Amino acid sequence: MRLELTLLVDGEAVTAVLDRPGESLLRTLRERLGRTGAKNACEQGECGSCTVLLDGEAVVSCLVATAQCEGREVRTVAGAVPGEVREAFAACGAVQCGFCTPGLLVSVADLLGRNPDPADAEIREALAGNLCRCTGYEKIIEAVHRAATARTAENTHTGAPGTRPLPPSPSPEKDPTLPHGCDSVMTEGRT
Amino acid sequence: MPEPHKPPTPPQRAAGGVGTSPVRPDATAKVNGAFEYASDLRADRMLWGHTVRSPHPRARILGVDTAAAEAIPGVAAVLTHADVPAAKHYGLIESDQPVLAADGTHYQGEPVALVAAEDLETARLAAESVKVDYEVLEPRCDPRRAVELGEVFRHQPVRIGDPDLTEPAVVVTREYVVGMQDQAPLGPESGLAVPSPDGGVELRVATQWLHSDLDQIAPCLGLEPDMVRITMAGIGGAFGAREDLSVQIHMAMLALKTGRPVKMMYDRAESFLGHVHRHPARMRYEHGADAEGRLLYVKAEIVLDGGAYASTTDAVVANAASLAVGPYEVEHVAVDVWGAITDNPPCGAMRGFGGVQTCFAYESQMDALADELGISPVEIRRRNAVSQGSKLITGQLIDAPAPLADMLGRFTAMPVPAIAAERDAADLPGGFGNTTRGEGVVRGVGYGVGLKNICYSEGFDDYSTARVRLELVDGEPVAFVHTAAAEVGQGHQTLQAQIARTELGVERVELLPADTSVGSAGSSSASRQSYMTGGAVKAACEAVRELWTERDLADGPIEAVREFRHRETKPMDPVTGQGDSHVQMALCVHRATVDVDVELGLVKVVELTAVQDVGTILNPVALEGQIHGGSAQGLGLAVMEELVMDEGRVRNASFTDYLIPTILDMPPMRLDILENADPAAPYGLRGAGEPPTLSATPAIVAAIRDATGLPLTRVPVRPEHLVGTP
Repeated sequence: MRLELTLLVDGEAVTAVLDRPGESLLRTLRERLGRTGAKNACEQGECGSCTVLLDGEAVVSCLVATAQCEGREVRTVAGAVPGEVREAFAACGAVQCGFCTPGLLVSVADLLGRNPDPADAEIREALAGNLCRCTGYEKIIEAVHRAATARTAENTHTGAPGTRPLPPSPSPEKDPTLPHGCDSVMTEGRT
Repeated sequence: MPEPHKPPTPPQRAAGGVGTSPVRPDATAKVNGAFEYASDLRADRMLWGHTVRSPHPRARILGVDTAAAEAIPGVAAVLTHADVPAAKHYGLIESDQPVLAADGTHYQGEPVALVAAEDLETARLAAESVKVDYEVLEPRCDPRRAVELGEVFRHQPVRIGDPDLTEPAVVVTREYVVGMQDQAPLGPESGLAVPSPDGGVELRVATQWLHSDLDQIAPCLGLEPDMVRITMAGIGGAFGAREDLSVQIHMAMLALKTGRPVKMMYDRAESFLGHVHRHPARMRYEHGADAEGRLLYVKAEIVLDGGAYASTTDAVVANAASLAVGPYEVEHVAVDVWGAITDNPPCGAMRGFGGVQTCFAYESQMDALADELGISPVEIRRRNAVSQGSKLITGQLIDAPAPLADMLGRFTAMPVPAIAAERDAADLPGGFGNTTRGEGVVRGVGYGVGLKNICYSEGFDDYSTARVRLELVDGEPVAFVHTAAAEVGQGHQTLQAQIARTELGVERVELLPADTSVGSAGSSSASRQSYMTGGAVKAACEAVRELWTERDLADGPIEAVREFRHRETKPMDPVTGQGDSHVQMALCVHRATVDVDVELGLVKVVELTAVQDVGTILNPVALEGQIHGGSAQGLGLAVMEELVMDEGRVRNASFTDYLIPTILDMPPMRLDILENADPAAPYGLRGAGEPPTLSATPAIVAAIRDATGLPLTRVPVRPEHLVGTP
C-alpha cells in the first residue's frame, strides 16, 4: 500500500509518502522529511524526547500515526519554541547532552502558552513526561523561570496580554542571540 | 602598521576564560534542534544495519541459516562469525568478546549475525528471518557460585594489620545487595560507516574514547589503523555506556562488505541489551569500633557480577577494593573483591565505576555503628574522617586536601527543610497519584559520604593530547584547539575554549571536530577530562605562548602539540592490595531528607544537599550541572533503577519498566562547593562528575531507614521492602 498525505510542518506544507500504514509521526518526520529535531530516545511514549505540537496540542510523536495527520499542523522544536525559551535553556546550563532538549523545549512552550508564570510545582507537573538523564532537572526549572520572566517583560514592553500566540517559527539555522545567562557569561557564541 | 599582537602574561582573567560559565558552544544548535546526533546521521545510498541477537543467555549454536533473510527483497548482506575479516574477538582490557558469536552464546542479547537492508524495517524483518539453531543450555547466573568455582575475572585482596588482634567494643555485620543499574543515556547507540575508495572505512560514532575504539576495531577488520578513520558523532549522554564497542565493528563490516554507507541505530530495548551495565554486588561487611566509635577494623567480602565478558571488570574490582572502606582511617583491614564470570549481561563502566557499590555498604555500616553506639551519623563520620596526610587502605598517602570533617560540619549552616503546614499532593509520596494527604507519612534524614579516584589507576598511562594553533584571522588572533576528547554532554568543549582564552588571552577559539587524526585524549570517564585533556590544552597553549614571545604572529601561525600525563601510579599488590594506585581522590557528602508513606511503601525525596570539594571551580554552571546530574543517578539507584534479572534474562528492557528519575522525583538540590586546590592538578582542579553519584544513594537510604526504622540492606529500595510484603 501507498499513502500520500500533506502536513503543515513548522509552517511549511510538506508531502509524505508512506508505504506502511502504521508509521509513526516521529519516523515520518525524521526519516522521510529529514526533520530530526524530534528525537528518538525510546519510541514507546515514555521519554518525551519526540514531543511536538499537533494542532497546538503537545503529543509524543512516536505514538501518533502519521496516517492520522492529513492536513494537520505539526510544530517541532524548530517551529514551536519562542526564542526566550531557547535562550534561557542555553544560558542556564539546562542543556548538557541535549538529547532531551528539543522535546523539553516544546513542552515548556506548551506550558508557558497556558501559564505564563508557572510555579515550581506547576513546572514539575508539566515536564513530568520529559526524561533528562544529565541535569537532574535543577537547571531546567531555573531556565523555565528565566524564560517566563523574559516573555513577561517583553509582553509588558509590547503591551501584549499575558498569554499570547506563539511567535512565527524562527529558522533553525539562525542563531538566537544568546543573552547573559542565569549565571552564565556570554562570549559572543563563536567558539 | 598595526600594533603587533603580544602574548599575554598569565594568568589572564579573560572574558569567557577559566572560572567563568560561557554558554556551551553547541548550545545554539541543541536548542534549535539542529545539532546532529549519531542517530541523525544520513548518507546517500545508505543502508540500515541490524543485529541478530541471541534470545538465550547460554546456548550452543548448531547452525545459522541466512538463506531466508538473504532472499528478502532489499537485503544487501547477511553476515555471521565466518565473515569477520580478521581478529574474531575484541575488548577494552582483554580481547575476549566475539564480534559475532561462533559456537555459543553467553548472555541474552549476544550478537550472532548482522543484516544490511535498504530500510530499517526490512533490516529488522530480515534479522528475524535469520534462523539460528540453538541448543539451549542452563545459564550460570549465580556470581557467588562462580567465585566458589574460581570463575572470576579478578580477585583483589587488601590486607593491612590483623583485624583479629583488635578488641572492639562494638561490631556490626551486615550483608548488602546492589541491583544492576543501567546508564540509560537518552541517545541510542548509533553510527554511520562509509567505505573509503582506498579500501578503508570512515566511521562516525558516538563514543567515549575514539582511540580505544580504533585499537579494537582495526584488528577485527584486518585493516591498518590509518585505514580506519573515526570521527565523533553527536552524543546523547554516555555515563559509561559508550566505553565498550556497540555498533562500531558491525557497521564497518557491513559497509566494507556492501561497498555502501551503513547506518546502525539501536532502539531502546536493544540498547538495554547492547551495552554493559553497572556491576550488581553482594557484599558482606563487618566493622569493629571502640566505644567512642573509632574504627578498629573492617572485613569485607565483595562479589561483583562481571557477567559473560571481561569488559572493564578488572579495573572495577580494583576500585571496589581500594575504596572498600571509604574515606575513613582504619588500621586493620581484610577485604576481598571478586569479579565473577557468569552468563548474565556483561558489566563494566558506569559513573562511579566500582566506587558506588561499596559506598552504599560502608556508609550503611557507619550508620549501623552510630546506631549501636548512640552517636549521630555525622559524629561517627567525623571521628573517622580522613584528611590530608591520611592513608588509604592501599597504603597510599592522601597528599592533597581532603577536608571531610569540615565538609560534614557545613550542614549545620543548612538546616533540614521544615515540614510545611499545608502540603500539596505533589510534595508527598505518591505525588499526583493523590495516595495520601499526609497520613502514614514519616520523615527521615540521612547522610552519605563518597570517596572516588579521579583518572585511570594502577599504572595505566591514560595520557591526553592537544594540538593548539594560533593564527591571525582578519587581523584578530584566533586559537584553534584540536583534541580527540569526547564531549558527552559534560561541557568539556566549553572548558577547552575557556582554557585557550585564559592561556592565550584571545577572545575567539575554534574547536576542531574530535577525531583520530590527532593523538589520543583518553576516555571521557573516571571524571578525568578536565584534568587530562584540560591539562593537555593548557600545556599546548603554554607552548604556543612561549613561541609567541619569540616572534610576531603576523609572520604566520604558531602551533604546538602536547601530550599531558598525570603522575605515575602503581598496580595494587595481588596479595596485600598495597600500592599507590590512584592519581587523585575526590570527596562528596550528601544529606537527604525523605518522606515515606509506610502504608504504601512510597518514598518522596524532599531534600538532597551536596557538599563537594572540587579543588578549583573552572566553570560554575557546568560544575553544578555535573553535581546535580550525578546526584540524580544516585537517587535513581536508591529508590528506582534496577535491571531485573531472571535466570540471565533482563525482564525490563524499556523505559516503561526501567524507571529513571523524572522531574517529579527530584527534589530541589542545594550545593555547597568547596575549593581546596590540589597543587598537583592543572589549575588545582579535582575531577567532579562521579563523586556525587556515590554519596547520594547511601544518604537517601539512610534517610529512609531513619524514617522507618527498617534495616534496608538492598538498593534500589522498593515499596515491598518498606511495607513488608514479599
